[in-house]
Amino acid sequence: MLTTQEQLKYSRQIMMKKIGESGQLALRNAKVLILGVGGLGNPASLYLAAAGVGTLYIADGDTIEPSNLPRQILFSENNVEENKAECAAEKLSEQYPDTIIEAIDDMLDEELCDYYLPMVDVVLDCSDNIQTRYMINQACIQHKTPLIVGAATGFDGQQLTIDPRDEHSACYQCLFPASEKAPANNCQTIGIIGPILAMIAGMQALQTIKLLTNNKVQVNQLNMLDGLSNQWQQFSMKKQANCPVCGSR
Amino acid sequence: MINVVFFAALREQLDCDSLTLESHELSTVADIIKQLSARSEQWQQTLNNASLLSAVNHDMVDKSHPVKAGDEVAFFPPVTGG
Ligand SMILES: [Zn+2]
Repeated sequence: MLTTQEQLKYSRQIMMKKIGESGQLALRNAKVLILGVGGLGNPASLYLAAAGVGTLYIADGDTIEPSNLPRQILFSENNVEENKAECAAEKLSEQYPDTIIEAIDDMLDEELCDYYLPMVDVVLDCSDNIQTRYMINQACIQHKTPLIVGAATGFDGQQLTIDPRDEHSACYQCLFPASEKAPANNCQTIGIIGPILAMIAGMQALQTIKLLTNNKVQVNQLNMLDGLSNQWQQFSMKKQANCPVCGSR
Repeated sequence: MINVVFFAALREQLDCDSLTLESHELSTVADIIKQLSARSEQWQQTLNNASLLSAVNHDMVDKSHPVKAGDEVAFFPPVTGG
């Protein structure tokens, strides 16, 4: 049951038929892991904590640098050199005391995934490199944990939802088969502007809320944002039968 | 005619958002890549990157997928930053 205080606080969400009191309860009981608290993880964690998600695990091994500040909106000048996950956890806890926030001051590896994934309902991939993306994809397939992928560089963003509980859901490896030449495009090489990250992180937070409140979530759909022309494009994809990660073995 | 569109970093690398090609002599996505690669070293390098993704009429497909007149063929890279 929600308390009277919670009913008031979350009333604008509860009044939406697709959420309702049961949805709000589901959010309160949910445990969500956010991998990476950079440009995507910052707004995604803010929105999920604000919406009343009960427990957030936030993982990042990096420290805050001055060049992060124009887009990593939880952090300020005097946080430079602090660990991102710990700093974000501290700020989020202060702003959203209803949410339990646990910082993991390390980039997740397979061992940490084996520990955390069985505890969580969904994972957000907010990482900044393809090796981590392949790793978390594989771990989520293995643990049958839904994965909400977001990525952005320059004026461009991509978002993809993977639900390993659905036998038809394609995975990250189906979309981007590992090639020897991993793309070198990242925020260090081609730059990034904050609002693109906010839009993609907003999509990730929205998919997460839909999934947790038992609404339909679109799998097998690559959402692509072109921030220069204001266009969203949807591309449909299929699970690859021969995928080394999610294919039938 | 086949409508070819480019997204994300490809637009800057090729300095091109979209173009149209005569459809005869083009039977697969790979044929389009081959024809466009002849334009310059830059096109050759950009379109033959192993991680290049392609879609026909908004369905993600591999390079052997057939194309026909009226199709929209899209090329884009994986975005991995965050
Ligand atoms: Zn797969």
